[in-house]
Amino acid sequence: MRSSVIVFPGSNCDRDIAVALKKMQFKNQMVWHKETVLPKSDLIVLPGGFSYGDYLRSGAIAGKSLIIEEVIKAAKAGCFILGICNGFQILTETGLLKGTLLRNKNLRFINKDVQIKVINNKTNFSNKYKKDQILKINIAHNEGNYFTDPSHLEELRKENLIIFKYCDVKGNIDESSNPNGSLENIAGILNSNKNILGMMPHPERMTDEMISNNDGINLFSSLLN
Amino acid sequence: MKFSVTVTLKKDVLDPQGKVIKNTLNDMGIKNLNNLRQGKYFEIEVNETNLTLAEKTVNEMCKKLLVNLIIEDYKINKI
Amino acid sequence: MKITDHIVEKHGLSLNEYKEIKRLLDREPNLLELGIFSAMWNEHCSYKSSKVHLKKLPTKGKQVIQGPGENAGVIDIGDDDAIVFKIESHNHPSFIEPYQGAATGVGGILRDVFTMGARPIALLNSIHFGSPKHFKTKSLLNGVVSGIGGYGNCIGVPTVGGETKFNKTYNENILVNAMAVGHVKKNKIFYSKAKGINKSVIYVGSKTGRDGIHGASMASAEFDENSDEKKPTVQVGDPFTEKLLMEACLELMQDNSIISIQDMGAAGLTSSSVEMASKGGLGIELDLDKIPCREENMTPYEMMLSESQERMLIILEDGKHQKSKEIFDKWDLDFIKIGKTTSTNNLTLKFNKKIVGEIPIDALSNQAPMYNREWKSRKVSKFNFNFKDFKKIKLEDALIKILTSPNHSNKDWITNQYDQSVMCDTVQKSGSDAAILRIHNKDKAIAVSVDSSANYCKSHPFSGGKQIVCENWRNLISVGAKPLAITNCLNFGNPENKEIMGEFADCLEGIKLSCEFLKYPVVSGNVSFYNGTNKKNIYPTPVIGGVGLIRKLSKPLNHIFQKEQSNLILIGKTFGHIEQSCFLKEIYSLDEGLPPEINLLNEKNNGECVLKLIEKKLVLSAHDVSDGGLLIALAEMAMSSNYGAKIKKPKNLTNLFKYFFGEDQARYILEIEKKHCSKVEKILKDNNIYYENIGFTQKEYFEIESELKISIKDLFKINNQWYNNY
Repeated sequence: MRSSVIVFPGSNCDRDIAVALKKMQFKNQMVWHKETVLPKSDLIVLPGGFSYGDYLRSGAIAGKSLIIEEVIKAAKAGCFILGICNGFQILTETGLLKGTLLRNKNLRFINKDVQIKVINNKTNFSNKYKKDQILKINIAHNEGNYFTDPSHLEELRKENLIIFKYCDVKGNIDESSNPNGSLENIAGILNSNKNILGMMPHPERMTDEMISNNDGINLFSSLLN
Repeated sequence: MKFSVTVTLKKDVLDPQGKVIKNTLNDMGIKNLNNLRQGKYFEIEVNETNLTLAEKTVNEMCKKLLVNLIIEDYKINKI
Repeated sequence: MKITDHIVEKHGLSLNEYKEIKRLLDREPNLLELGIFSAMWNEHCSYKSSKVHLKKLPTKGKQVIQGPGENAGVIDIGDDDAIVFKIESHNHPSFIEPYQGAATGVGGILRDVFTMGARPIALLNSIHFGSPKHFKTKSLLNGVVSGIGGYGNCIGVPTVGGETKFNKTYNENILVNAMAVGHVKKNKIFYSKAKGINKSVIYVGSKTGRDGIHGASMASAEFDENSDEKKPTVQVGDPFTEKLLMEACLELMQDNSIISIQDMGAAGLTSSSVEMASKGGLGIELDLDKIPCREENMTPYEMMLSESQERMLIILEDGKHQKSKEIFDKWDLDFIKIGKTTSTNNLTLKFNKKIVGEIPIDALSNQAPMYNREWKSRKVSKFNFNFKDFKKIKLEDALIKILTSPNHSNKDWITNQYDQSVMCDTVQKSGSDAAILRIHNKDKAIAVSVDSSANYCKSHPFSGGKQIVCENWRNLISVGAKPLAITNCLNFGNPENKEIMGEFADCLEGIKLSCEFLKYPVVSGNVSFYNGTNKKNIYPTPVIGGVGLIRKLSKPLNHIFQKEQSNLILIGKTFGHIEQSCFLKEIYSLDEGLPPEINLLNEKNNGECVLKLIEKKLVLSAHDVSDGGLLIALAEMAMSSNYGAKIKKPKNLTNLFKYFFGEDQARYILEIEKKHCSKVEKILKDNNIYYENIGFTQKEYFEIESELKISIKDLFKINNQWYNNY
């Protein structure tokens, strides 16, 4: 599978995701944001970081960069798009995913390992996970508090577009297991065509037992499946 | 009585956000943009009929909390 | 403009120093030149009060590639890998504007590291605040923590370790020390020494504004009530631009375009150009019309003294301009030729086609004043604590009181605001004795730790200096790393005060002895004097940042209990030294007496033997015993794990409190699997190591035989209580 990682000025998880993709046997290319042609790709990743310093609004300025036009075209043609953390924020700013990411409810940057539950395992991003499987995964963000309007939320529920929710070690999804105030504990969502995934947690940080665990691996192997 | 408070970075203080926003607008084709500085805006309502006193209260709020006087300036307007 | 005595003093120069300037120039300086002298001759740049003592520190060793004097120190970690690291203070700016002060402190130390060609792989910090009850403390604490996080998180370098301490001595003068660690290939290290005449001097990075003019002088001047007036000089950090600058510099460093490179830190363009020329024995000529300015009508004085952040000065090889500029264009950064190297040995400044300043480089650097300031050791008063004189307390209550104290409470609420995992090589995050970072794409790692013990240093500067190096050494050993070298940040009061200078001299003597004995050289550092307000000086606070090597990374070792029913072995002898302990401070508010003695021989033997046991994979978990003594160390091991422990009462020492809270040095607690015990004990005996079997791990409860029993869940709650209620 061919993948492209888009690098914006201020992206800082671009190397991390590239390492993970390479490990998972993706043929990966890094694409600088000023490029106007996207290499042929089956998967496009918008990595985490602080594109443009998170200035104005997280993801807002990256959402206006040249390459984004191409990403939107590819998305409409059905290419898989994965936005992690800042990448998720960029996806909402470009309109590829609906809703927005507000500041964490405690108004602080949060970096820690949290639990998420696989709500929908019948997607191209999650078919290797079991339904309701609990993953331990790292989060690192200032604005991860997902918010959307009631009609979109209804759509997310009905169409089964919520793929991950924050939970505790036992799998309880409630306020105490919600690290950032996200609506309904949402940690990751899909678009209605289910080819675009935006998620705040970092699966690329969970592909190496030496530093963490392997809970992120199946996200990538699902895509290869 | 209602007031607006505009808080901006002092003239000589670096505004990293403003700089990036300006460059982006330039890149998006807006060529006659010369400079851009960003800041914060507050709308404040005070229970007070005397304009001087009301302004004094708002001014106090600015100095005590709303404004970081080390790097920011502010303007109060009655609305 | 006529230079008056008043103007001279405003520049932080003494009248004698001014006389010397006139002698060196053989004329009166103009205001621009005076400004440049003041920047170069102040304490921060010239080390004029500290040099005499710093020279005594051991700085060599076969692991040392570059010692003090460069942007940062460099050590060899085998193969073709080297580690670049340094610690620096940003105390005064952080007190004035905590967020920006701390943020730019992080930015500055990162530049010191990537200037040398290294990619930063870790950030650490040592932050000290006044009493939590002091009205300024909470906002300073929150501001500094967000500033450190704001910068490090944005640039994408993990903040993996540090310490946060509270003591009323810092009420009016907090300490913010930041350390950066980078990795570089040995054949790709860049230095600041200029070479060759007529080479281009290139300015890269952000534009120059009126930021921090006189910041370097401010950092070296005591605070007074008017320090509020100095406020507008604080710089605003732009981590986004620094990230671009870092990537652009590292990209340019791929080939051999750069002759030398220096970051513009304190005293900006002045110190960077002078340092490069001075090291190369050359002159440098700058055309100030070319400086990219952010504000209109900036004067040469402002340009030369501006401390705008995120800027670098490069001396470029001939014929490389175009290709190099393309790299900086790609990253949207300025890349402008502003001058050239010359054979004049002068700093020559041109503006509007006229020479506006000309100073011999030597006068600014080598001829800068050096003081052997008067100093005297403080008389130390002996004090022997006698339990009979004080109200009785239960062991359990003492434990709880210490664990709920600001200094010993859990600091996850701080470290959770820092991205510790970005770059995907953080093997061990903060919270243990040292953090562990894997070298990218290799199976080796480094361990890093930052330590200080101001209380010990205050009561006996010599022993304190000795102790803090040892503690840092122990912290690296405890995670299985071989300690290689240190960087130090020496935070002291006013050096013009004999006693303060005495604290400095004595602390340094102690540091020197330990470093020599442990073969643990100092490769970089920073001195911060004038910490204090209105003649009230802070406790002497040398901060040590150490780096160690784990040659072959397997399962990382930390202080968390791993199993139940494993044996707990205490390495090192417990004498029960209770004076200057955290126990006396927290329970009886006593801070009299001497700190524990350091026996360097034991320190070395115990450490080396523990390392041997760890390398033989005989140790399940390890923790050094420091502040708080044995009981706190054991509680820390239990709290962070799923297991408790059952500890025997001591046989020899009759006083339980002295045994459990005494802070005798050179001690470690090791968790050893039952089946390995005899093997371990044999090795310990063969190496003449004093040890005791003190108990074993168990489920759920932390227990001292017939004295206390607390569930580890409760212990964890107790330890997390303080900040939640703050």
